[in-house]
Amino acid sequence: MDVERRLRPEDVVELNPNYHFRWEEPQQAHVLLYPEGIVKLNTTAAAILEACTGAPSIAAGTAELARRYQKRNLSAEVLKFLEVAHAKGWIRLKS
Amino acid sequence: MPKAGSGLSLDGLGMPLWLVLELTYKCPLKCPWCSNPVDFDQYRKELTTEEWKDVLREGRKMGALQLGFTGGEPMLRRDLEELVEEADRLGYYTNLITSGVGLSIERLKALKKAGLKQIQLSIQATDRELSEKLVGLDVFEHKIEIARTIKAEGFPMVMNVPVSRYNIEQTEAFIELAADLGVEYLEFANLQYYNWALLNRAELLPTREQLARSEAQVNAARERLGKKLTIYFVVPDYHDKRPKACMNGWGSIHLTIAPDGTALPCQEARLIKGIKFPNVREHGLDWIWRDSPGFNQFRGDGWMKEPCRSCSEREKDFGGCRCQAFLLTGDASNTDPVCAKSPDRHIIDALLSTAEERGPASKKPLIMRARGLLKRKVFADR
Repeated sequence: MDVERRLRPEDVVELNPNYHFRWEEPQQAHVLLYPEGIVKLNTTAAAILEACTGAPSIAAGTAELARRYQKRNLSAEVLKFLEVAHAKGWIRLKS
Repeated sequence: MPKAGSGLSLDGLGMPLWLVLELTYKCPLKCPWCSNPVDFDQYRKELTTEEWKDVLREGRKMGALQLGFTGGEPMLRRDLEELVEEADRLGYYTNLITSGVGLSIERLKALKKAGLKQIQLSIQATDRELSEKLVGLDVFEHKIEIARTIKAEGFPMVMNVPVSRYNIEQTEAFIELAADLGVEYLEFANLQYYNWALLNRAELLPTREQLARSEAQVNAARERLGKKLTIYFVVPDYHDKRPKACMNGWGSIHLTIAPDGTALPCQEARLIKGIKFPNVREHGLDWIWRDSPGFNQFRGDGWMKEPCRSCSEREKDFGGCRCQAFLLTGDASNTDPVCAKSPDRHIIDALLSTAEERGPASKKPLIMRARGLLKRKVFADR
């Protein structure tokens, strides 16, 4: 089994290519679609996924969120959610 | 097939999030647990390409998100690629549920181009001999080749194993095969007993010991393989003390359209006698979902009798499966007899005892899926 280490602010993460992340108008929410499954995301979760996947690093994504929501000290909250997303296989470390 | 283990629990806000299109009941295989009606050959007027496209458009307008193309064998429809393309354009996440018979590299490439997202391929055994015995055709090597091609074309894949006492001893071999093929998901779908599986139930039910061993092997493999392979283990509900939360509740998030256009709350529901299910040829999908008597029959909990009515778990399992209640107790509004609180639980216990007493050497022939139940095709153990 892979040794799973904890995510760090300098890590670069991306969406698992088998997951589709998008806004779903009838649900008024972001959803993740994957083989035979749906996850409906709350606003915070969606904002973190959107900002951090594709960003140069988790830290850069977190900084973007801090700017957008005028909040400080988001790092712990962001990392906590991304750990969950990583454990569920929604995101992966970019190699 | 109703599932408990890999399904989702999700408030669809009253929308049919899961749309399942049974494009045809035709299939070259003869699986003795087929979920299609035992008189499948009586439903002949399949919807046309344009009629299916109307269903797709209406479904998407009503908020459907996940789409399953199934059958029978959906590859028998020559317009599958065209339907996938339309579904993808409309914004569905498209799943193909297939035996692999009729799939070729050319059609896989065409399906990829049409926007197909995922393929669920059924594998019934890990060797040619058992496979042929269970599906009635020599297709094992083709299936394995198709599985490799599916992966080579870049599709995520669910390897679906319909589990009975005939193949449950191959649990570890299935896991090895799935890891070797490089599939993302392996689903051990212990059979649920409706239609053809119900006819063969006495011979298909695994014993408690077989089940416990298989589940332990699955758990060990999960530890060993971690994220490389996600293994779903759909428990056979007869062996549980509580019923499955069938379809997340009747008319809650699931909508199935049968080959002839009949709209159903699940793929088995037409076996319940006395409910007239609406047809997309006669009614709009919106009316069917929201207003038709068939879809409202067991919505919510107003229909429940005791012990469900006053049960604290009624919002968790919705009283179980209506089809199972009908098949085993004769009344679809009874508590699913799987529930230990059901006054009919003894029916299930008696069935389980029969499986325990049957012995591993029992070789009664299985009734293979075939046209015209009267001219039953059975196989003798070879």
